[in-house]
Amino acid sequence: MILPKIKVLRSHGRQAIPDLDAVELTPEFRGRPELTATGDTAELEQAAAICPTGALSVTPFALDLGRCLFCGECARRAPRNIRFTNDYRLGSPTREGLVVRPGDRCVAFDTSAVRPELSRCFSQALQLREVSAGGDASIEMELGATGNVNFDLGRFGIGFTASPRHADGVVITGPVSTNMAEALQICYDAVAEPKLLVACGSEACSGGLFARSRAVDRSFFERHRVDLWLPGAPTHPMVFIDGLRTLLGKKQRE
Amino acid sequence: MTYHITDNTAAAIPLRDIPEVPYAEFHADLAEKLADPRYHVAHYFALPEEGRMRFYCLLLDDATSQVLVASHVMEYYDEGVLPSLTAIHPQLHPFERDIAERYGIRFDGMPWPKPLRFPFDRYDRSGSMDNYPFYTMQGGSLHEVNVGPIHAGIIEPGAFRFICSGEQVLHLEIALGYQHRGVEHEFAATGNRLRQTCLAEAVAGDSAVAHATAFTEAVEKLSGHERPAQLDRERGIALELERMAMQIADTGALSMDVGYQLGQVACEALRTMTINTTQAWCGNRFGKGLIRPHGTDHPLTAEKSAMIRRNVAEIARRYDEVRRDIKSSPSLLARFEQCGIVPRDQMAAIGGVGQAARASGLARDLRATHPWGVFAKHISHEPVVKTQGDVMARLTVRCREVLQSARYVDRLLEIYEQKYAAGPSPCPAPDYAAPLAPSSLAFGLVEGWRGEICHVAITDPEGRIVADRIKDPSLHNWMALALAVRGEGISDFPICNKSFNLSYCGHDL
Ligand code: SF4
Repeated sequence: MILPKIKVLRSHGRQAIPDLDAVELTPEFRGRPELTATGDTAELEQAAAICPTGALSVTPFALDLGRCLFCGECARRAPRNIRFTNDYRLGSPTREGLVVRPGDRCVAFDTSAVRPELSRCFSQALQLREVSAGGDASIEMELGATGNVNFDLGRFGIGFTASPRHADGVVITGPVSTNMAEALQICYDAVAEPKLLVACGSEACSGGLFARSRAVDRSFFERHRVDLWLPGAPTHPMVFIDGLRTLLGKKQRE
Repeated sequence: MTYHITDNTAAAIPLRDIPEVPYAEFHADLAEKLADPRYHVAHYFALPEEGRMRFYCLLLDDATSQVLVASHVMEYYDEGVLPSLTAIHPQLHPFERDIAERYGIRFDGMPWPKPLRFPFDRYDRSGSMDNYPFYTMQGGSLHEVNVGPIHAGIIEPGAFRFICSGEQVLHLEIALGYQHRGVEHEFAATGNRLRQTCLAEAVAGDSAVAHATAFTEAVEKLSGHERPAQLDRERGIALELERMAMQIADTGALSMDVGYQLGQVACEALRTMTINTTQAWCGNRFGKGLIRPHGTDHPLTAEKSAMIRRNVAEIARRYDEVRRDIKSSPSLLARFEQCGIVPRDQMAAIGGVGQAARASGLARDLRATHPWGVFAKHISHEPVVKTQGDVMARLTVRCREVLQSARYVDRLLEIYEQKYAAGPSPCPAPDYAAPLAPSSLAFGLVEGWRGEICHVAITDPEGRIVADRIKDPSLHNWMALALAVRGEGISDFPICNKSFNLSYCGHDL
């Protein structure tokens, strides 16, 4: 009975990614877009018309990652104007920071917008309570994956905890369905100060596909300040890891 | 009684070709047919239509692969009360509850007249998610345990109310609706078919490929366009990769809950490998963006095909080692066997589908019973069926399906390599503007990793999609989980739950 276990163990080998800050994703991955302004906006207008979430604006030319689903359709309609790179450094401490404009070579990370107590209190250990409020399960699975054998976010002292009483912050996924609005508020209130708030995924950042849905209640975001905005549909584990590390001052955005 | 008889590959049906029968006849015929488990209801919903209410029912006949479509109507001035079918066949409960909740139509004699998901546009707004009418029992030796809506792990919300006698669960009631985002309403509110496809992918993000396939199937039936066989094969590969990834993930989750860490970490790594394979193909780990109407943005290439084949062979080999280790570990078998049993007759009564039904001896698998696309042409699927109906049976079905899916992927890629590897892809780019047949109904029935997914799209006289009525297999199977834990120790709830791994958002829409 020990033999099958040895076999599994041998095949499993070592799985942890040695240096999380040096990860390169596959070239197919759609991460940060690069925009190029040209005189001709005909293609762009077509792209903006079909964009499923209205993330793309033509005048002024800008792409809001907080609304984008990374479906890639705009880049196919307007290939001279939009190109997706595999850069996963997408997080921003401000909502405006998620708006990409022509010529941008990275997603801006405005460190002056980060509350100084965050790195002071949480840089050694950070326990988070995740609240799914209409998330579609893919994003919850990606957050779960940040702690798995491959990404092993626990190596930095960052993890997820069951009770909000044990947590230093809340991560929200989903557009915040009306039916979950109260539970989210109760959970957030149960976390002791100082606490951190992360909006994870394009649905949490803007409502995404459900931005105009009457089944959604986003008033939570009018009452509480978000410390980190993370785009994605779903948010790749590396987007989450990079965003948190940058927020805590462990990593710089060039 | 008269039905419109069709199957899962036939064209869209003009609405006027669907016979309207008196409710009494509909009731009597369904009451008789559903007594035989070869039949089950895949979808039953109501849709307002020019001042009246029209009800559509899709009945699947597993023995003949036929899909029987029936309808009945209720005029504006008719009394909004119908004799309940749930009273005879419990499998209709989610459908009757949905119709009652949305439109205020009452089902007389309905034994379980409960809210289903508290949609924002419900008929009666006096109740809300926060005062769900839980069933209660009185007794000195009984206590209640409430779990949720927020759970301990990183998962979606739902409320579980247990009534226990000591450690033993007498009754579990599951209150859902926390995830309701108005998906169906958003479908009807837009004419942008790319947006609709993205919505389909978001119905349940862990079944993005399956839901998107069901929706595009419906759209393509409405447009009537032929599609190349290679496109079907690529969709089949994507679907089977999704199935592999999730069945492996659930093997890992079950391992975690019984403290079998080796299996857990091995499955985590194997799932990563599977979804990274999908990502290297299409740029998204869940296959979002891969399934598009009439074509694809990510046609296979010779390199990608070789990459997928290599990875899938390695995943299957290593997963099989985990499977053997589980089977040779008495401490695991002691937890998994004889736990959370749902007998075949109960599973049939509640209309269970998918891998959970197959673990209880019901050979319900659309790939075999109502094949579409690649399963209608290139693969004759043999469902994996177990009869015990316990956690182990559900795990065994998962294990064997991973290996089966790996074989299918390999075979489909082999066909691709023989035919097209040297030349250009025969798959066109997607088409979001193809005109659709007016005033018609088309459905897509797809066997996702959880089970039967159904999208029914209905068009208006201008050919616009006015409704996409969605059914995730979880709608049937949540009741199976409630039955599985009856009589079990409450500490076995986690493994019972993981052995089903049902969708909250797919249920709540
Ligand atoms: S990639 Fe983003 S911006 Fe472009 S069409 Fe899709 S959702 Fe819109």
